[in-house]
Amino acid sequence: MEDVDDKFLKKNKEVPLREELRPRKVTTPDGQEIEIEPLRDYFCEAQPKVHPKAYSKIVEDFYNWARSNSLWILGFGTGCGAIEMRPLMTPRFDAYRYGIQWRPTPRQANLLVISGYLSVKTLKRAIRAYEQMPQPKYVMGLGSCTINGGMYWDSYNTIKRLDDYLPVDLYIAGCMPRPEALLHGFMELKQIIRKGEAEGANKYAENFAQYKANQKAVIKDWDMPDYNW
Amino acid sequence: MRELLYRLKDRYHFGTPTFQRDDLCFVTVKRSELRAILTELRDVEGFTHLTLLTAVDWIEEQQFQLTYMINNREANLTLALRVMLDREDATGDTIHDLWPTAATYQRELREMFGINFPGSPRVDEEFILEGWTDLPPYRRDFDTLAYSQQTYHDRPGRETHDPKTHMQKVLYADYPKGAK
Ligand code: SF4
Repeated sequence: MEDVDDKFLKKNKEVPLREELRPRKVTTPDGQEIEIEPLRDYFCEAQPKVHPKAYSKIVEDFYNWARSNSLWILGFGTGCGAIEMRPLMTPRFDAYRYGIQWRPTPRQANLLVISGYLSVKTLKRAIRAYEQMPQPKYVMGLGSCTINGGMYWDSYNTIKRLDDYLPVDLYIAGCMPRPEALLHGFMELKQIIRKGEAEGANKYAENFAQYKANQKAVIKDWDMPDYNW
Repeated sequence: MRELLYRLKDRYHFGTPTFQRDDLCFVTVKRSELRAILTELRDVEGFTHLTLLTAVDWIEEQQFQLTYMINNREANLTLALRVMLDREDATGDTIHDLWPTAATYQRELREMFGINFPGSPRVDEEFILEGWTDLPPYRRDFDTLAYSQQTYHDRPGRETHDPKTHMQKVLYADYPKGAK
């Protein structure tokens, strides 16, 4: 939909890096002068790599079958859909019977479910969480908010297309999709993985520069290293 | 409530009170008297609770309206005091020493409306937005649709239907008669 009046132009001011993150010289307790650069010193600089396929198709298929049967979801709820995941984890819908479980930290998970609208502030955390997950990893977008902005299509602070910023393997439509739809989505994702088509993480590694450019265009106070691995 | 306003009206300048219910009243006061009124209401009249502090942008009149809503629990009365501020200058008087919670409201107003409250604790810090450089987003001259279109990409193919005409078409295709 076109805007009715396009007199309004957004400002494109840079946000300065926070004081404590700037490279600078400090004096250590024992009197040495050292240079520090907080955004580089503590983080690995390596970029994400494409995960190579196994040497033969049958082995790769076996891997994919195994991967599809161990989906570990990061318990990170954004937007309204976080509520739909509670009945899924509990006896009412019991997703555990399909071998799907939730973990509290990105290091132990391989499926990131973006469960609704993402404000720019949450997007920053979601990117961080995604990048910290070990490969192979998958992203699922729930609800119309992640697809095209949903009812937040004219909001100044929520993104409209999730796949601009993270590689999405599967969308589930609805506002909000019911837990049954989510279960169906998980089954679908399993099939996609088994077919070897859930290549989101590799896409992310291949188009890393493009994704980063998109992310930095909306997250103005970028205060983390480029890759948080 | 009426009798309370009646009692106070000799000493302060009140606008015409608007009674939404018997126990809920809005009244405009002078900015210079706001503090005195709030203090008196809190300490003498038992309005001990600050329910909310919010703002309205009257862009046509070039004014901001601050609404201080206070509540008397015992008598179950809610009184909202309105104060008009100049929109250009956009500076209010902090009341964080009367109600410490006001500091949080004032921080929010500073971020969302750009109304400054000098002296309020941490009022210059970011409240919920991160790295916001544009106009304060609740101001009415900030066009949120234009901003979102210039910032986030649309997915092509999105359609918007007017619910009424759309459902009419889906459910009653030949209404009124012969429309099809
Ligand atoms: S799609 Fe609907 S339910 Fe989901 S986050 Fe958006 S508004 Fe909420």
